[in-house]
Amino acid sequence: TALKRVHMGEVAPNERVKSNVEVNTGLTADEAIDEARRCLDCPDPTCITGCPVEINIPKFIKRIELGEFLDAARVLKETSALPAVCGRVCPQEKQCEAKCFYQVKMQKEPVAIGYLERFAADYERESGQISVPEVAAPNGIKVAVIGSGPAGLTFAGDMAKHGYDVTVFEALHQIGGVLKYGIPEFRLPNSIVDVEIDNLKKMGVKFETNFIVGRTATIEDLKEEGFQGFFTGSGAGLPRFMNIPGENYIGILSSNEYLTRVNLMDAANPATDTPIISGKNVAVIGGGNTAMDSVRTAKRLGADRAMIIYRRSMEEMPARVEEIKHAQEEGIEFMTLTNPVEYFADETGRVSKVRVQKMELGEPDASGRRRPVPMEGSEYDIEVDTVVVSVGVSPNPLIPSSLPQLETTRWGTIVVDEEKLQTSIPEMFAGGDIVRGGATVILAMGDGRNAAASMHNYLQDKLNP
Amino acid sequence: MNKIVEKEHFSENVVRLEIEAPRIAKARRAGHFVIVKVGETGERIPLTIAAANPERGTITLVIQKVGVSSRRITDLNVGDELTDLVGPLGEATHIEKVGTVLACGGGVGVAPLLPIVEALKKAGNRVVTILAARTKDLVILEEQIAEYSDEVIIMTDDGSYGKKGLITDGMKEVMEREKVDEAVVIGPAIMMKFAALTTKEYNVPTVASLNTIMVDGTGMCGACRITVGGKTKFVCVDGPEFDAHQVDFDEMLLRLNGYKEIEKGAEQQYLKSKDK
Ligand SMILES: Cc1cc2nc3c(=O)[nH]c(=O)nc-3n(C[C@H](O)[C@H](O)[C@H](O)COP(=O)(O)OP(=O)(O)OC[C@H]3O[C@@H](n4cnc5c(N)ncnc54)[C@H](O)[C@@H]3O)c2cc1C
Ligand SMILES: Cc1cc2nc3c(=O)[nH]c(=O)nc-3n(C[C@H](O)[C@H](O)[C@H](O)COP(=O)(O)OP(=O)(O)OC[C@H]3O[C@@H](n4cnc5c(N)ncnc54)[C@H](O)[C@@H]3O)c2cc1C
Ligand code: SF4
Ligand code: SF4
Ligand code: FES
Repeated sequence: TALKRVHMGEVAPNERVKSNVEVNTGLTADEAIDEARRCLDCPDPTCITGCPVEINIPKFIKRIELGEFLDAARVLKETSALPAVCGRVCPQEKQCEAKCFYQVKMQKEPVAIGYLERFAADYERESGQISVPEVAAPNGIKVAVIGSGPAGLTFAGDMAKHGYDVTVFEALHQIGGVLKYGIPEFRLPNSIVDVEIDNLKKMGVKFETNFIVGRTATIEDLKEEGFQGFFTGSGAGLPRFMNIPGENYIGILSSNEYLTRVNLMDAANPATDTPIISGKNVAVIGGGNTAMDSVRTAKRLGADRAMIIYRRSMEEMPARVEEIKHAQEEGIEFMTLTNPVEYFADETGRVSKVRVQKMELGEPDASGRRRPVPMEGSEYDIEVDTVVVSVGVSPNPLIPSSLPQLETTRWGTIVVDEEKLQTSIPEMFAGGDIVRGGATVILAMGDGRNAAASMHNYLQDKLNP
Repeated sequence: MNKIVEKEHFSENVVRLEIEAPRIAKARRAGHFVIVKVGETGERIPLTIAAANPERGTITLVIQKVGVSSRRITDLNVGDELTDLVGPLGEATHIEKVGTVLACGGGVGVAPLLPIVEALKKAGNRVVTILAARTKDLVILEEQIAEYSDEVIIMTDDGSYGKKGLITDGMKEVMEREKVDEAVVIGPAIMMKFAALTTKEYNVPTVASLNTIMVDGTGMCGACRITVGGKTKFVCVDGPEFDAHQVDFDEMLLRLNGYKEIEKGAEQQYLKSKDK
């Protein structure tokens, strides 16, 4: 086990910022086999406890070591509906890899579980031998899925396997939720998501885009049309702003707006009608994945200065470690322990300056992170022409506001039974960001899977007492 | 899906489309709007549902050509389909019997005003409607508005039809002569700003329907945000109607111009490509 952790190939920083090319190039078969050899096939594989959906990690890695790549993909699919996605976007360093024996017991670099997962899933897709899961004979029971993000897609796939007649309703004109409108092409190509959606279609799942449940039709309407079960995976919605002076000047937008214009509407492409203004000096406020995606997008749209302004320090930054590293390589400036307090505009109302204040770290707060405290008199101004505010989102209010009898928390998330994911309306289940607030792709998928199992039990009990 | 079943030109730049959308026709209320996208590379733009026919399963949009996206839609013909159509969006108008309502529509703002006038009348209000336009050819929907109004006053900037003057002149005249319990103003932002200042002088509670820039229309992006009573609101989910006396119209006017330069270029390019 003297083998060193494999290094993922990457497109060179000065090349990749010129286009939307995926940064990570993937492992070769030899690299994957070598990395797989590092796995000790532990009798008590702690890595599995770090995975929210408990993928049988040593089992799939063993298959890779043996060169049985399609089998490895099959193992992944026993528990994860979108392994090509999770291999790319899971915060592995906080999940499976954090619990790997190497990391925990030997303080050595963990097995590259995420890279291997991506390898197996990509291999299967590129082989053209993607396995479409078997579906049970149709049982004629109609179920509705609200939202086509990872939670909704996973739920739909599992219910189709059980033989249900599944329709996914999506408010936007494209399927995929954040995977399409949020996470950029250079991190997660749309074509990968589309393959998974095609698979669901092959399994008989129906999709209705431009359909807002609660608006275009109510839950009551859908019940009248024969739907007997509902899964709400409506995700996060309203972007938060900081409510500081000048925040509504032109050129200050939420990361949702910025990323939606670029990813969903392809605004940077001159052949499309949706406009985007991305300036030369772009400041992104925040330190999460969304902030990192926005700032790296700004660089790709031609910014000279693309800056992260974050009120805590590098250590507290919630973004995936790999994204921070990639951003640094791409020349993103990190202004940590810094917080905006006011914006100024030119005579046309377009933002021209942001006033920031230095912060220092005080006592830990409720989240366990040290609370940033403003330093009096430390203000200074930075010239900007575009500001992207990425300080979080609130749960999507569309479903709760159209269903007054649905129990929600004071933060606007839907209350569910922790195990069954059933809401206060018995035939409605829910999962993903609408239940957890902001979470991750894999947690949303895990919820979709658990909710499908519970709804299946619930409907079978109800219909065959 | 979303097939155009009727098309009518109100004037050179204002077009009425009747579109198949059975679910939206059934679900919509006065004040609701839709988001429309034409072509795979099209932009998502908001348009008010001017009328709906649930039996026929259609909705009516009245569209003024101002830029590339509004032109793309108005260039479609009967039998064509809109690529994407989603709705109904926004909060429906709060309709109540209050007494006398002064309804003011400027330009294409008359289209969103129509369903509101209809609902107000049906709720038992006395409705006085003022339609304002730059010139005679731009006055739209007069007949339909008259059907649900106790009185219709027409104002044109050049005096070519109705009375000569601005919409605010007509509004003052009515408020001088009788007690008005509520006003509704819909039109270009600049008109709404001055209309709101006018009703404020007379202490008449006023609702304005705002037409900000939007992307998703579902509360996800914040492009449509404005300041109302010192607080940031999202027009697509909190509105589009707000207390006109609380709206920061100056900020709204600035924000509407956020993409002006790019939009102009795109429009010229589109017109050129059509000439070819
Ligand atoms: C920019 C960005 C980067 C991220 N990066 C990562 C990452 O690297 N790794 C990671 O694990 N997580 C990441 N996340 C978080 C992750 O994407 C989310 O946790 C996950 O997508 C949540 O999935 P979901 O299925 O709950 O909802 P979403 O993906 O939000 O999908 C919800 C869908 O429901 C639709 N909808 C809402 N209401 C209705 C309705 N009434 N009717 C019909 N449709 C409706 C919405 O339009 C949307 O498409 C990122 C998030 C963002 C925004
Ligand atoms: C809730 C709502 C309801 C609406 N209902 C209708 C309707 O029923 N009929 C209709 O014709 N229009 C309506 N609008 C306005 C319509 O959405 C815009 O005219 C359209 O988006 C312009 O797109 P474009 O690409 O053609 O023009 P752009 O190229 O985007 O704009 C061209 C020029 O028009 C001006 N402009 C852009 N957007 C607006 C706007 N929202 N209001 C005023 N001026 C603008 C700008 O100054 C710009 O320079 C509504 C807007 C909202 C928010
Ligand atoms: S799904 Fe995510 S957490 Fe689980 S093994 Fe794969 S990369 Fe690790
Ligand atoms: S803990 Fe690490 S070494 Fe052990 S089985 Fe899991 S991945 Fe392999
Ligand atoms: S249009 Fe996106 S939030 Fe209103």
